[in-house]
Amino acid sequence: MATADIAVDQAAYFDWLCRLGDNCLVLGHRVSEWCGHSPVLEEDIALANTALDLIGQTQLWLGLAGEVEGKGRTADKLAYLRDAAQFRNVLLVERPNGDFGQTLMRQFLFDAWHMELLRALQKSSDPRVAEIAAKAAKEVAYHLERLADLVIRLGDGTEESRARMQKALNVLWPYTGELFMADAVDQAVVAAGIAPAPESLKAAWDRTVAEVMAEATLSLPEGTFQHRGGKAGRHTEALGFILADMQFLQRAYPGGTW
Amino acid sequence: MSSEWPLWEVFIRGQHGLNHRHVGSLHAPDAEMAICNARDVYTRRNEGVSIWVVKSNEITASAPSEKGPLFEPSNSKIYRHPTFFDIPAEVGHM
Amino acid sequence: MYAQMVKAEGAKSREEMSEQERVFQDRIDRGEKIEPKEWMPEGYRKTLIRQIGQHAHSEIVGQLPEGNWITRAPTLERKAILLAKVQDEAGHGLYLYSAAETLGVSRDELLALLHNGKMKYSSIFNYPTLNWADIGTVGWLVDGAAIMNQVQLQKTSYGPYSRAMIRICKEESFHQRQGYDILLKMCLQGTHEQKEMAQDALNRFWYPSLMMFGPSDKDSVHSAQSMQWKIKINTNDELRQKFVDQTVPQAEYLGLTIPDPNLKWNEAKGGYDFSEPDWNEFFDVINGNGPCNVERMEARVTAWEDGAWFREGLMAHAKKQDARRAAARVAAE
Repeated sequence: MATADIAVDQAAYFDWLCRLGDNCLVLGHRVSEWCGHSPVLEEDIALANTALDLIGQTQLWLGLAGEVEGKGRTADKLAYLRDAAQFRNVLLVERPNGDFGQTLMRQFLFDAWHMELLRALQKSSDPRVAEIAAKAAKEVAYHLERLADLVIRLGDGTEESRARMQKALNVLWPYTGELFMADAVDQAVVAAGIAPAPESLKAAWDRTVAEVMAEATLSLPEGTFQHRGGKAGRHTEALGFILADMQFLQRAYPGGTW
Repeated sequence: MSSEWPLWEVFIRGQHGLNHRHVGSLHAPDAEMAICNARDVYTRRNEGVSIWVVKSNEITASAPSEKGPLFEPSNSKIYRHPTFFDIPAEVGHM
Repeated sequence: MYAQMVKAEGAKSREEMSEQERVFQDRIDRGEKIEPKEWMPEGYRKTLIRQIGQHAHSEIVGQLPEGNWITRAPTLERKAILLAKVQDEAGHGLYLYSAAETLGVSRDELLALLHNGKMKYSSIFNYPTLNWADIGTVGWLVDGAAIMNQVQLQKTSYGPYSRAMIRICKEESFHQRQGYDILLKMCLQGTHEQKEMAQDALNRFWYPSLMMFGPSDKDSVHSAQSMQWKIKINTNDELRQKFVDQTVPQAEYLGLTIPDPNLKWNEAKGGYDFSEPDWNEFFDVINGNGPCNVERMEARVTAWEDGAWFREGLMAHAKKQDARRAAARVAAE
């Protein structure tokens, strides 16, 4: 297996893969909450596609995480039988949906980062990572294009749509910094050539976001404070509720076949 | 309400190089978004490789009452159809 | 069905028809499709708008009871399948609204009629989904009943409606199977508790599913004209019988009991005898007093009203862009 050649702390590698998988899982969950409730049918269908892509990516990343861990845990076991403290997603993706503008803004800010990450991961020293990244990159390229377009249109739409998008940006901004903060887990996978350094993705992300916001006539918030914690398992209150929903059946009926 | 998105007709060319075919309609504020929506609505099962959209009210259609004059003349030109010609079975597939 | 209780006029005899109506009826009798903008009796147009509109409303309201479980689906694969299925329903609503729009009514107008209660949707979606087996049961019974109706409607006389049905039937073929598959897992491989869940779901959904086909033909005053116009192909009772005959062996395979003590094979008619659903309950639900009518409508109206700024924002942007392009053209000339 490829990992045999890669000198990396397996616990750190597992943790890092959970970050990728949990980001997709939690964001996919949030986006799927809109199904049947979106402002217009076309958008309901488009958002469901995004959620479906994210759930598919979750299966791949968590599947690989289970493989790396080597304790027989499947993607489902990881998704359904870990508690909040074991989840490794960034805080951004668990933020509540808010109004539709906030959901779209969260998606755009995430996609802009996700795209850069997946681009870099295609050169990963672990071919399994490169392969998943290549598949996901195609999906995310479309999400990003669509979301950048929507953010621009709504920013440069009516006064109300502009105000809502600006508010969404302001509210979510303090949750974007965590995407670029490195810790020991990141350092381990970076050293092994598995992943790019988180901070190395920032310049491109800044550029994309600045361009889109300029065209959307929205201003970048000036505050510098950034929340952190999700990557290390310290979450907001929101995640507990997400998991209560998501894991209900597996927890209430252990040993069931679904 | 004045903000109703206009209706667009969607045409898709599938994998096999056939002509674009009308697959249905959808609403979108403009052509670019209509393409985007068409991708999400009408190619959920890998149906297409190329999408055209056209605003429904910009389509000029033949009037139903002219159906006779427009199409019936071709009914009499049955020699345009391969089944018009009897080829002896011995000749094989043609 | 998805279009229960669609009001239509009584059928006309040939003598009562005008010359134009006779020509129209002849075309339908020959199996020709009626296309948008061709002449059609006003009653045909109005009945179709009501029927297709109601069908479309049923698709989008139908997203809600199942959508309810997307975030609680028990595995990642089940979550993806259910989401794809509920998304398909949005798509089917979209196709049907488009078909209705060819008759000279806009989608926003139809939605306004749904929101103010002037148009209905299928009674079945006013029942709650209370456990995961309900998701299996809805796919198995509700989609099963819907498919039975939709298969015959592929032959309906109105071209755009027929084409929408063809597309929907093609896409929907996996819906019933995914539902039955959920129940197969729960009933044949699951725990005792899971089987109980499945039986509970069947108990609650059996009669509401039978109601989907609408009241008995003998009480249904609207059928004759619709059948003459081929807007409706089979009678309510024919479809209901077919549904029961198809479903009973499927329930037996799962080891579930249909909650009807009178259910019995009738050799003479080659079908099952079964109990009628409680039609008083049906009319209560239709008239707004089902278990979830209020929640369903509230969800639809909220989605629409909360989304107004989004639809308006995008429209405003498109207009701005148009104006900018026009200005650029003028400047260039």
